[in-house]
Amino acid sequence: MHALYTAIFEPGFFASPQVHVAVSIGAVVAVVSAVTGVFTVMRGQSFAGHALGDVSAAGGSGALLIGLSPLAGFVGLGVIGSAVMDLIGVQRLRGRDLATGIVLGAAIGLSALFIHLTSISSSITGVTQQILFGSIFAVTPGTLPVVTALGVIALAVLGTVGRPLLLSTVSPDIAAARGVPVRVVGLLYMLALAVSVGLSSLVVGAILSTALLIGPPAAALRLTRRMAWAQLTACLIGVLATWLGVLLAYDSYYWGASHESLPVSFFVVAIIFVGYLASGLRVARGRRCSRPS
Amino acid sequence: MFASFMTNAWISATIVAIVAGVVGYFVVLRGSAFPAHAIPKGAFAGAAGAALLGVSTLLGLAVFSVLGALGIGYLGRRGRHDVVTALALVLMLALGAAFLSRTVEYEAAIFSLLFGEVLGVSTNELLPVALMAVGCLAVVGIIFRPLMLSSIVPEIAEARGVRAYWIEICFLLVVAFATAVTVPVVGALLIFSLMMGPPAAARSVTSRPLLAMVLSAAIALLTVWLAIAASYQTNWPIGFFVGVFGAAAYGLGRGYSAWRRGRSAAARPGQLTGASGDYHDRREQVLD
Repeated sequence: MHALYTAIFEPGFFASPQVHVAVSIGAVVAVVSAVTGVFTVMRGQSFAGHALGDVSAAGGSGALLIGLSPLAGFVGLGVIGSAVMDLIGVQRLRGRDLATGIVLGAAIGLSALFIHLTSISSSITGVTQQILFGSIFAVTPGTLPVVTALGVIALAVLGTVGRPLLLSTVSPDIAAARGVPVRVVGLLYMLALAVSVGLSSLVVGAILSTALLIGPPAAALRLTRRMAWAQLTACLIGVLATWLGVLLAYDSYYWGASHESLPVSFFVVAIIFVGYLASGLRVARGRRCSRPS
Repeated sequence: MFASFMTNAWISATIVAIVAGVVGYFVVLRGSAFPAHAIPKGAFAGAAGAALLGVSTLLGLAVFSVLGALGIGYLGRRGRHDVVTALALVLMLALGAAFLSRTVEYEAAIFSLLFGEVLGVSTNELLPVALMAVGCLAVVGIIFRPLMLSSIVPEIAEARGVRAYWIEICFLLVVAFATAVTVPVVGALLIFSLMMGPPAAARSVTSRPLLAMVLSAAIALLTVWLAIAASYQTNWPIGFFVGVFGAAAYGLGRGYSAWRRGRSAAARPGQLTGASGDYHDRREQVLD
């Protein structure tokens, strides 16, 4: 029994302060991303959700260059970017991808310049990799309250506009006929998305940010059609995948003889991807059963 | 700027611009911006894997971008397209992160793969790059009519027996090869700007497909040449200029079409213009 226990939780897992921070921050980010993500998947805005991660990373590198706090840069440019996307036509289905793409292209260009300027003006190294991949183990405990506060703001906005947002997601025409200000609701949603994505791409990196935003909600929406259930399931999948990923990444240090650990993002994404595929199996089986013979 | 060590840069950049301009036209037309972003970005992981195994970067890029394209096409049949694209992208990136954790890669090498390196193409890589570019354009030429039809009016294409799924797969493969050609020069992240800005600008100027495609390649060419010149002068990364010029081209195109619409509305008062959006675009092209 004990041998099995130590095989699953390698020595020092529960004592490591880094693991504590990773587990708690990972859970907060997973929950915020999952709740936001259900709307993102339903509205078909995965691209915007992913792009905002890159846009806010450009803000992060800009903030680093002029000596501001990275968090301000991440959330600040993300919010500006989402407003611009909304302005140049996020609401029209085909124009939407184009608008997102143009903003994304410009932001990536800026990010290239900022990183270049930072690397020649100071000796900070690893910026490229940090911004692209991030590391959940590199988060300092002091970030937790700020991250939680911003996450609560994003969730509060979504909670306030939840019902009109859902209606205008499912049927914009009916929503408009009922007097829902579809444009305003859409803009508020984009802002909440920007805060949520900016936050998560700062603390867990751009890869995990997109993975947690899209993966668990997509799987959950294949499992249930009810909004509340979908959000709950998405939160559960997200949190479990994050915790399991942290555990496996910690353990992976002991696997080979070389003592090199694999990144957390790799494990979390692999778990989420398998989860998504598995949820598809259930859909396929359900369809076959329900088909009249 | 035109010194002999820059010759490769000018040649490869010209190839890149033509491919990106032509392929990008369909990217914009089909609204496939997300796959066009995801395939190059994910292919970056292939370059990291190639460094780990010690094989050529070009090979790593090609393998990963083709796998990514096939994955997106296959899974997209059953799931939502944008969701599948996002998941395929993060999966490839996560593999890239795992590869990078096992290699000692120079920060500068990663940076130039992501954001482009004018001098990134050596003389012996020029031939494979040119061949892949020609292949790419040839495939676009072969599937031109069904691709055009299924991009503009999918319903009619389906009724005429065009298989949307296979067209989608072919198109994603074209994007994949375009990626492998272009990433070493303008970088995994910026090829996307080149596939969006110039074609979008061209489409707002004309709705004739062939003219728009030629114009798109021309604008892309201009963007890349200006970007190289500016990058050479300022020593800033070429990616910055490509990104900003691409967005500027789009802005100019939007401005021009708004101005033209305003003028035609003033000339023919009482006629409905502008508001019909996508439908308007589609009808014009079908009639063309």
